[in-house]
Amino acid sequence: MSDTITKSEPASGRLKSAARGGRPRRRKLTFDRVTFFLAFLGIPLTVFVLFVLYPFIQAIYWAMTDWRGYSPDYNFVGLDNFTKMFEDDVFLKALRNVALLAAVVPLVTLTLALGVAVAITLGGPSKGPVRGIRGASFYRIISFFPYVVPAIIVGLIWAQMYDPNAGLLNGMLNKLGLDFEAFAWLGEKSTAMPALMFTFVWGLVGFYAVLFIAAIKGVPGELYEAAKIDGAGRFRTTISITLPSIRDSVQTAYIYLGIAALDAFVFVQALLPNGGPDNSTLTISQHLFTTAFRKGQFGYATAMGVVLAVVTLVFAALVFAVNRLTGGGEDKKAKAPRRKAPPAGIESGALPAGAEGGAR
Amino acid sequence: MSATTADPSLLADRKLVKRTHSSDRRFAAISHTLLSIWAVIVIVPMLWVLMSSFKSTGEILSSPFSLPNEWKFENYANAWSDASIGKYFLNSAVVVVSALVLVMLLGAMCAYILARFQFPGRRLIYYTMLAGLTFPVFLAIVPLFFQLQNFGLLNTRLGLILTYVAFALPFTMFFLYSFFRSLPHDVYEASQIDGAGEWRAFFQVMLPMASPGMAAVAIFNFLGLWNQFLLPVALNTDQDNWVLTQGMSAYAASQVYDIDYGALFAAIVITVAPVLVVYVIFQRRIAGSVSQGTFR
Repeated sequence: MSDTITKSEPASGRLKSAARGGRPRRRKLTFDRVTFFLAFLGIPLTVFVLFVLYPFIQAIYWAMTDWRGYSPDYNFVGLDNFTKMFEDDVFLKALRNVALLAAVVPLVTLTLALGVAVAITLGGPSKGPVRGIRGASFYRIISFFPYVVPAIIVGLIWAQMYDPNAGLLNGMLNKLGLDFEAFAWLGEKSTAMPALMFTFVWGLVGFYAVLFIAAIKGVPGELYEAAKIDGAGRFRTTISITLPSIRDSVQTAYIYLGIAALDAFVFVQALLPNGGPDNSTLTISQHLFTTAFRKGQFGYATAMGVVLAVVTLVFAALVFAVNRLTGGGEDKKAKAPRRKAPPAGIESGALPAGAEGGAR
Repeated sequence: MSATTADPSLLADRKLVKRTHSSDRRFAAISHTLLSIWAVIVIVPMLWVLMSSFKSTGEILSSPFSLPNEWKFENYANAWSDASIGKYFLNSAVVVVSALVLVMLLGAMCAYILARFQFPGRRLIYYTMLAGLTFPVFLAIVPLFFQLQNFGLLNTRLGLILTYVAFALPFTMFFLYSFFRSLPHDVYEASQIDGAGEWRAFFQVMLPMASPGMAAVAIFNFLGLWNQFLLPVALNTDQDNWVLTQGMSAYAASQVYDIDYGALFAAIVITVAPVLVVYVIFQRRIAGSVSQGTFR
C-alpha cells in the first residue's frame, strides 16, 4: 500500500516532464534497471562492434600494409597501396566506370520514378481534393515488382533478355525488321554499359516510385488548391509545388541510389562477371573482390575499399551541397528550431542509407 | 436583377469547368499511356521468363515469342534437382529467419535504450551506428572474412546469421528509434506505477505498442536479407551452406556450356514466385512500410 503511494510521487513529476516534451531523462538506479540497461545495450553493441565497427577500423590499418592473407607476417607500407592504385590502369578504369554509373543511374532512376509517382498521384481529376489516377494501385503494384525480385535474379533475367541468340530483345528487334541477328549487347564495348545501366534502372524505379508516391501524398492539399486557384497548370504544379515539397525525400533517394551505383556488385556479377568487354563495365567492387579473394592481395584490396568509401562520402557530400545551394534544407531549419533532439538524420526524413532493407 | 448579373459568371464558371475537364482528360490520357508503357516494360520480361520456362531449349532459340508447343514441366524437375534449389531454399530460410528474429529483437532493445534513456555516450553510440550504415560493406569485407575465420565461423550458417544481424542492426535501430520516441510516455508511467520493472515494461507494454513499426521494418529486413548476395558469396563458400542467391548465380554461371535454357528459366521462376505471391498478398502493407520508413 505504502509502496504505491511513494511510487506515485515521482511518477507525477515524470508525467509533467513528459508533457513538457517527453525527452528521455535520468531515472533511479535499481538492480532491475541496471541489468536491463546492460543487457539491452550490451548485447546489440557487442554484435555491432565485433562484426561491423572493428572490421571497419581494421580495414583502415590493413590498407597500409602489404598483407597477403595467409602468412602471419606483413610490412607496414604507408600509402604505397594508394600510389600503386593510381598507377593501376585497371583500377582507374573501374573508378571511371563507377563514376559514370553514379552520375547516370540515380538521375535516370529518379526522373522515371518521379514521373511514375506524379502520374499516379496527380493523374486523377483536378476538381476537389487530390486523388490518384484510376488504376493507381495496379500501376503501383506492377512497378514495385522488380524490387521484390532478388537483384541477382533481376540480373539473370536481363542477361537472358540480352542473350544474342535466345534473348527476347534481339527477337523483338528482328521482328521489327531491324538486323540484330546475334548482336551481343553485353559483348560490345558500346552497349555493355548502357545495358547494365538499364537493368539497374529497371530494378530500382518501382521502389523509389512508391517512396515518392508516399511523399507526394504527404504534401498538404491546400498547397495544390492554392496553385489551382492561381491558375497553375499540371506541369507548373509539379515543378513548383510537388518537387520542392518532397526535396528531402529526393535527396535521401539520390544518396541511396548513388551508394548502390558505386557498389553495383550484384548486377555486374549477374550480367558481366568478367568486367565486360575490355573491362568497360568493371566496377571497383568487382576488382576488389578478385584482388582479395582470388589473388589474395588483402592489403591492396582493403585500400581499394578505403577509396570506395571515400568516393561514397564525397558523393553524399556533393548531393547535400547541391541540395543546399539550390535552396533546400533552409526552410527546414526555420521550421524546426528545436535543436535539442540529437538525431538530425531520421527526423528530417533522411533515413540512413541501407533503407533498401537489412544488410546491403 | 441579381439573376442577370449572376448568369455570365455562372457561364464563365461552366466554361472553366469544361476546360479543366478536358485538360484533366488529356493529363489522365498521357499518364495512362506513360504508366502503361512502363508497366509493359516491367511485366514483359517476367512473362517471357515464365513462358520460356515451359519450353525446350530448341524452341527458345528458334522463336522467343511463341507459346510452347508442348508444356515441358520437366524443366522444373530438372531445375529442382540440377540446381539443388530445395537445399539452397532451406538454407536461405534458416539463415534469414534466424537473422530476422535476432535483429528485430536486438534492434528493438538498442533503439529502446537510445530513445528512452539519457546517459553519457548516447550520442556517440548513435553516430557510430550512423557511420556503420554509411560506409560501404566492401570496406569491411576483407577484415570481416578474417574476423569470422578467427572465431571459427567462416563458411558456417551461424557466422552468416551473425553478420546479417550486425549489418542490419543500424537500419533496424534507426527505424525503431523514431518509433519508440513517438510512443506516449504515460503508458510507460502507468506500468511503472503498477510496479512493472523495466524488463516487463519493455516486453509487455512498449514492444507490443511498437508492433506496427516492427512489422514495417521486418518486411524491409526480410527483403534485404533474402536478396543479400555479397556477404554470402564472400563469407559462405561451402557449397552445402549456400543460400538461394548464391546457388542461382552459380547455376547460371555453370550453364555457359551446354545450356539448358528451359531449366534455367524454371529455376528463376521457382526462386521468384514465392516472394512475388507474398508481395501481392501483403502489397498494401509493404507500400505503407516504405512511406513509414521515410517519413517517421
